[in-house]
Amino acid sequence: MAETLKITNLHVSVEGKPILRGVNLTIRRGETHALMGPNGSGKSTLGNAVMGHPNYEVTEGTIELNGEDVLAMDASERARAGIFMAFQRPMAIPGVKMADFLRHATTNVRNPSRKEGQELIPMRQFRKELTEKMDQLRMDVEFARRYVNDGFSGGEMKRAEILQMAMLRPKFAILDETDSGLDVDAVKLASQSIAQIGREQAEGEEMGILIITHHDKLLENNVPDFTHVMLGGRIVETGGVELAQELYTEGYDRIRAAYPDAAAADAEMQQATAAV
Amino acid sequence: MATDLLENGTIGEINKYDFITPSHDVFRAARGLNANIVAQISEMKKEPGWMRDFRLRSLKIFESKPMPLWGGDIGINFQDIYYYLKPTDQQGKTWDDVPQDIKDTFDRLGIPEAEKKYLAGVKAQFESEVVYGSLQEDLGKKGVLFTDTDTALRDHPDLLREYFGKIIPPEDNKFAALNSAVWSGGSFIYVPPGVKIEFPLQAYFRINAEQMGQFERTLIIVDEGAEVHYVEGCTAPMYTTESLHSAVVEIIVKKHGRCRYTTIQNWANNIYNLVTKRAMAYEDSLMEWIDGNLGSRLTMKYPAVYMMEPGARGEILSIAFSSKGQHQDAGAKVVHCAPNTKSRIISKSISKNGGRSSYRGLCKVEKGATGCKSNVVCDALILDPQSRSDTYPYIEVEESDVQIEHEASVSRIGEEQLFYLMSRGLSEAESSSMIVSGFIEPLIKELPMEYAVEMNRLIELQMEGSVG
Repeated sequence: MAETLKITNLHVSVEGKPILRGVNLTIRRGETHALMGPNGSGKSTLGNAVMGHPNYEVTEGTIELNGEDVLAMDASERARAGIFMAFQRPMAIPGVKMADFLRHATTNVRNPSRKEGQELIPMRQFRKELTEKMDQLRMDVEFARRYVNDGFSGGEMKRAEILQMAMLRPKFAILDETDSGLDVDAVKLASQSIAQIGREQAEGEEMGILIITHHDKLLENNVPDFTHVMLGGRIVETGGVELAQELYTEGYDRIRAAYPDAAAADAEMQQATAAV
Repeated sequence: MATDLLENGTIGEINKYDFITPSHDVFRAARGLNANIVAQISEMKKEPGWMRDFRLRSLKIFESKPMPLWGGDIGINFQDIYYYLKPTDQQGKTWDDVPQDIKDTFDRLGIPEAEKKYLAGVKAQFESEVVYGSLQEDLGKKGVLFTDTDTALRDHPDLLREYFGKIIPPEDNKFAALNSAVWSGGSFIYVPPGVKIEFPLQAYFRINAEQMGQFERTLIIVDEGAEVHYVEGCTAPMYTTESLHSAVVEIIVKKHGRCRYTTIQNWANNIYNLVTKRAMAYEDSLMEWIDGNLGSRLTMKYPAVYMMEPGARGEILSIAFSSKGQHQDAGAKVVHCAPNTKSRIISKSISKNGGRSSYRGLCKVEKGATGCKSNVVCDALILDPQSRSDTYPYIEVEESDVQIEHEASVSRIGEEQLFYLMSRGLSEAESSSMIVSGFIEPLIKELPMEYAVEMNRLIELQMEGSVG
């Protein structure tokens, strides 16, 4: 049986304000899921909650990885358990070189029981692998010596996130608008890279991928097995690739009309966001 | 040194430096401070009359000066301290000449190992005296002098009379006066014109006894066109009572000379570290202070560069790390006494677990010193709400044709940064450690590799157990 990330009836609040209101979603390794929905409908919140951001408070529901309670883990343990999120706006860590950061991260994720101070993966092996992955992503070697996301352009940030995914080889990856802010060629490269990384994963199993996007480009090479529509903090409809096609050509009017409760919740959330 | 220690794992824990050597001092002055004790120290050292008089005069100045009312709380009773403690009768020229227990101490600190690998000369001071000294033979042949200051007083009295106490007179401040009264040990360096010393000269200062005062006195003269990099390291074991470290460091850098002085101190938390360091830089010379302040109960230290002639440059890079029960009142002083002189100060401080870091700095441009440039950047990182950081920049400018820049920033370790690193599998402790090492990276990269490794390691040790 394929490994499974199972989200059940998930309710999440941020600063006391409810955002997710009962999300159900099951992803198996090897599957590609697209998550679509208007801005502010809760897509990034779902990603952050799965990754374990301390500001996203789970008030109800469960997240399980092969039956294990993910909510009991901190972000670090979730990463080591095989969960990854490519952030829309990753943080800059001035003074910390990409290579040093990635060597620590890669070591910990591949050896989840590693204690602090124990040895890192050998430099040679790490460098070789990093260089290969950077080649694939057409990144200059100089990149590894730059400080994490510090002064990166939008495109560089996104590529750096994909590079991290390639090195960490997660079981499940959430890609939060990895296509935003990229030009056409960059999106194409990102799309191809994600597909390739997703397929070549370790342990004989492919990655389970959740792609949060508004556009079709990222999905060209990553044809979703399932498309989910989020509105008002819930997944209101699930379909195949044709649903994704409908949404990026037609928009969300049909969805709003079909799910008035969710649409009302969504409007309320939009107002709350605007008020901030 | 640190690299090797890392490999064989001897630096495993924060209390690597926290061990007490069972030593048998050959002489210990009575506890406390008075004219008799000062005279006794001078007599023990068989000093010339002028030095004895200098000491006694300095004692009077020390007694007449009030405690500074700024900086930190100096909770020390001067009569509780031992001012002079002689650990051995003679200085070793090889490590085999050094008493075994003391040699073991420096072995544990990695000094002989470092000496073999990348140092041009070493002085090791245990309590009040330098117990071991070496200098590469070819440097000696070129006329380089590297001895302890007591030996220099005997062997090079003219140089000492000319420079000793001239850069920092005992009247300068209470603790300079104290050092001038009871000084012992420290390094004396003379680099002849045009001689460039490729590898660092290092001194290592170890306080071992309880309630000990260490008062080394360092004098460095870099002659015209000469270059030297001097490094000092300092440690002590942890006692429940206070010890005092109060050094005076005087440096002269002559025309076209370069001097870099690197300090990596990791004092135990019971040490009051009250040090006066000052350099005078002459025409087109460069003086650099790299000052790493870790440990101690209270550090008050503001390395200074006086730019005496046109074209002189002063650079000061300072890192301070304060944790529970610690106050680092550190900073820098640059004084532009001549036209077209340039200075740069970069200060980074980190406070955690209720520690307090203060930056205290002076940038002064004297009348007539036109066309000067000074750039001061001080950044503070605060790791938790219990900790504190303050900035006290003093700027005194008596000329209009100058360019003075001052930037200061204070930041708290960001939750978003922590989450980002943790989401990649780093533990919370590793994540904050990494953010901190990134914060000081601009300074660390100025250090030679071995010291950069050691500095990073010390910061990591300070960070251990800082979370949760």
